[in-house]
This record gives sequence, C-alpha cells and structure tokens, in this order.
Amino acid sequence: MSRRQREDGAVWVFGDYRNYFQNRVTLQLLARARELAARLDTKVAVVVMGYRVGRWVREYVAHGADVVYVVDHPSLKYYLVQTYTRLMERLAGEHQPRIILVGATGFGKELAARLASRLGTGLTADCVDLTIDEKGRFIQTAPSFGGNLLAQIMIPTARPQMATVRPGTFQELPHDDSRRGEVIKLPLPGDLPPEKARLIHSRRVKPRRRKLEKARVVICGGRGMGSKKKFKNLYELARLMGAQVGATRPVVYQGWAPEEALVGQAGRDIHPEVLFSFGISGAIQHTAGIHDAQFIVAVNKNPAAQMMKMADVAIAADANQVCLALIRELKARLEKKK
Amino acid sequence: MKLVVFLKQVPAVTEIPWDPASGRLRREKAPGMMNPACRHALEAALILKEQHGGELTAISMGPPAAEEILREALALGADRAVLLSDARLAGADTPATSYTLSLAVRAVCPDCDLLLLGNQTSDSETGQVGPHLAEELDLPSAINVEELKLEGGVLRVKRLCDNFLETLEMDLPALVTINTQGHPPRQVPLGGVEDAFSRGEFLVLDAEDLKADLARVGMAGSAGRIVKVYPAGGERRGELIKGAPKRCVLELLERHGDRLGGYLRKDLGGER
Repeated sequence: MSRRQREDGAVWVFGDYRNYFQNRVTLQLLARARELAARLDTKVAVVVMGYRVGRWVREYVAHGADVVYVVDHPSLKYYLVQTYTRLMERLAGEHQPRIILVGATGFGKELAARLASRLGTGLTADCVDLTIDEKGRFIQTAPSFGGNLLAQIMIPTARPQMATVRPGTFQELPHDDSRRGEVIKLPLPGDLPPEKARLIHSRRVKPRRRKLEKARVVICGGRGMGSKKKFKNLYELARLMGAQVGATRPVVYQGWAPEEALVGQAGRDIHPEVLFSFGISGAIQHTAGIHDAQFIVAVNKNPAAQMMKMADVAIAADANQVCLALIRELKARLEKKK
Repeated sequence: MKLVVFLKQVPAVTEIPWDPASGRLRREKAPGMMNPACRHALEAALILKEQHGGELTAISMGPPAAEEILREALALGADRAVLLSDARLAGADTPATSYTLSLAVRAVCPDCDLLLLGNQTSDSETGQVGPHLAEELDLPSAINVEELKLEGGVLRVKRLCDNFLETLEMDLPALVTINTQGHPPRQVPLGGVEDAFSRGEFLVLDAEDLKADLARVGMAGSAGRIVKVYPAGGERRGELIKGAPKRCVLELLERHGDRLGGYLRKDLGGER
C-alpha cells in the first residue's frame, strides 16, 4: 500500500460508552478529533463495538462523528480486551486511519496498548494537548520524565499515530441532532481467536465519594512533609480550617495517605476556592488536578519548585514546620474569638 | 511453576536534573529505588512461589546501577535475576521496552507460567508496558489486579476497572499487572542485600544475547521524536515569603488574612 493512501486516513476515536454518565471522554475526543480532521481535510470516524449500541451510534454522530463503524453482536455484551483489540486491528488494517484516539479509562488504556503492539506503532499516554502544526504534522503534548516537564512529540513514520487522553482534558461539542453521519454496520468475523481471559463476574460499584472534589478548602500534602507522622499534622490543620486533605502519588505509595486522597491525573480533580499545598514539587501528574483552584498557597523548601511557581503565595520554608506554626497561630486566633 | 516478575528502577526523588538541550533526564544524577508497584508485583510473585513452589525470575531493563533492585529481589526470595543492560536499549518507548522484555522471556524463561508487572511506574505512569508485553507474547492479561489466586492451573483475579469490580479467569500462561492496593510488600531481611550478592543466579544480557532487532529497541526503535520540552505550565508566579516558619505564617496572615478568612468563613484577624 502506498504511503499516499496511508496519509489520507481519517481521525479515529474509540467509542468507549461504558460509564457514560460519569465519563464523557469519547465525546471530548470527538470534539478534538473534529479540529484535527478539519486541519487535515479528512473525516472523523468512531468505532463502536458491543450489543445493542444504536443509542451510542446516534450520540456520537450528534457529537461530531462523520462515520461510525459498528459491530453489534450479543457476544460483545461485555468489554473484552483481546476481542476488541482484534476487531480494531482488522478495521484499521482495512481503512488505514492516520490517527487513533482512545480515552484513558482503565479499559481504554489496556486496549490502546494492545492495539498499538498489534499495529506495530507507538502510543503516547495521557496527552494534555493534540494539535496539527504548520507543516501538517500531528503533535502530541504529554507529561514526560516524572511529570515535571511536558514534551511535544511527533511521529515521523509509524502509522497510525496513537494517543490516550484522560477524561476531562478536552471540552465536548454541543449535542446536534441535525448532524448526519455514515453508519457502516459490520458483521462479527467468525474467525476471531477466543477470548483467553474469561469474565466470570462483573459488578458495578458505587462511584467514589466526591468530598474532595467538592471541597471549598483543600490541603494537599507531598513527600516534602517528611514522614507519615508529620503528614498527620495536615489533618489537624484541616480540622481547624474545615478543609479536606489531598495527597500526591508518592505520598499514597508510601502509605501516608489513602488512595482516595490522590489528587491529579490518576486521582481527583479538585476545584477549591483556596488550596494549601505542603511539600509538593509540582509534577504534572498532580498539578493536572488543581488548575481550577482559585487561590493557591504553596509551602516548599525549594523556591524553584514548579508548585511554587504555580502559587499565588509561595512560602519558602520547611512544609511541616510551617504547618505546625499555622496550626498554633490559627488555634490562638480562633480561640480568642470564643 | 515458573514465575517472572519485571522490575524497574526509578528515581527516588520527584525532581530530577534534566538536560535542557536534549530534554532527557539525567537519571544518573538521582538516587534510584525499586518502583513502588513493582514491589507489590514482587510480593504477589513471592506469595505464589510460597504457595505453589517453583522458580521466580526477576528481570529488569536499565543501567548497570539497576543491579541493586535485582539484588534486593534476590534477597527477598527470587531465584534468579536478569539485567538487560546495553546502551542501545536506552531511550526506549513503551512498545520498544515491551519488545525487549519479550526477548528476555524467550531467552531465559520461554516456558514460564505467569508474568507479573507493576501496574505503572512512578516516573512515567503510562501503565502500557504490561498490555504491550501481553500482546507481544500473545498472552491473556489483566491490568490493575488487586487479588489473585491460582487453583488447578487456572488463575483467578479481581480488579476494579472503570467502576466495575471484575473477576476474571485465565488459563496459564498469562500476564498480570499488580496495583498498590493489595500485596503489601515485605521488608528486606537484615543483612539481606549483602547476602544476596552470594545468593541466586545473576545474569547480564546485552542486545546480542537477546538477538534483538536493533531497529526495534532503544531510541532507534521508538516511534516518537521529541520536538520540544518545557516545564509543565500553569504558572502564576505570585509573591514569595521566606524566613523562619512562624515569621512566614504571620506574614501570610498579615498580607492575606482577610482573604483567607473569607475562604475559610472564619475571622482570622488576630490581635489588632
């Protein structure tokens, strides 16, 4: 197949409809895919696999898909990673998309990685931006090297160009019922290898509590607090302030705070009026979750830390010492008022 | 049974010096440690070995210094450690890494029953190497596994995936990635790492030993090229307060006490 044909390919999005009401990542990707496709003068296609998926087909057209490839079959009632990978591989082999975007859900990440291997191409994880540059190249911006840096990446030869994107990274387009798309229904091939991982039981669990996401005042702590014992001081400060406590990945790894407290890409997005950040360097895995904070006070020994640059007030001092001093001062002032 | 666990050495600090010219991290400048999720994967493997017997091979790709985490794995009970170390393997993206790891499996443990990895690394967090590797070796896989049990040659795993608590069964051979919720890692026994220098088999393999296609490994085998690297943005560059902790707190409250009091719905006026 000629290079030219390959470069004519469409921009594809994986139709990830599970958890639709909590997670609209597919619609968000369709919106960005439209911008990319406009720059590349090509179409947006979405691939929907499952059983009785008609409503998602209509939804995706209304949100920007020009073409929908549908495989609708009872045996696809549950998400199955090996089967979905093989189906996507065959479709991609036939239609030669130039770009494939996949939402970074638990399932999407596994599917995207398997598919990239089968297609012999690369895969950029958790992109925070996707653009077409002036030379028509697809530029992926992704956290790099521990998350203190962002890297712009281009893919010289490997096709399709694949990326995963976390939910919430892009804005969806308004629902437009007047949009029309081409729906291509495909049979389930009879020669797919059997799924080797058998789903025995699947139960929807209650979505996690949203206390941290909704809190007006949040105190986030990082490894700079020094120890598990010192980290506990943040909880005392939180009681005084009526705040919720969040944490960075290293802190959760070390067991100083529970997984539910994780703020950032793999955890919660928070939207506080005021954020106190103690002993956090500011890796993007964390800061991706705090952009909506209105006012940020950061404490870190290192005034050059990224977190300090993101703050409205940066206090260059030992995080735990400042936490203790603040506890004492607040106690004194609040007691006096009683 | 034959078990393989894959371990990665990651920087033990969150800020690593980097070379602005190339955008590459200067990992040699940062102290290393075993990636946290890899510790949990190693623990899961050690438990399976205790329950079912067999042989545990630990494999790591990295610079010579990564020997340290493999010695730690030997001290904890791995039987054999394999370090894939070769400058030509460096700078690999996730597919190139997985290709290289698949060659190591074929070279040292082609008949293994179960492959275990951490669900992600603390220095890149892509979570992609496990599923890529499963595809390279055409194995069933489950990522983000919290619990696993082996009975009659069938592996049963539990995991939380997108608000669904799933139980999956797989025939062996299979691959799992382990999250940090289950399998709290054991501590290295006293004198363990030193003992481990005389314990277990330690192999170092290079690209030739692996019979690697050099176009598929390292930076040469990676699809992407970095156009530009820059510090993660969102800078507000507000005011800086420094000095003794108590002084800092008083200054913060003096300058912003009213504003903060408003946010907290409390009067922080102090003595005026």
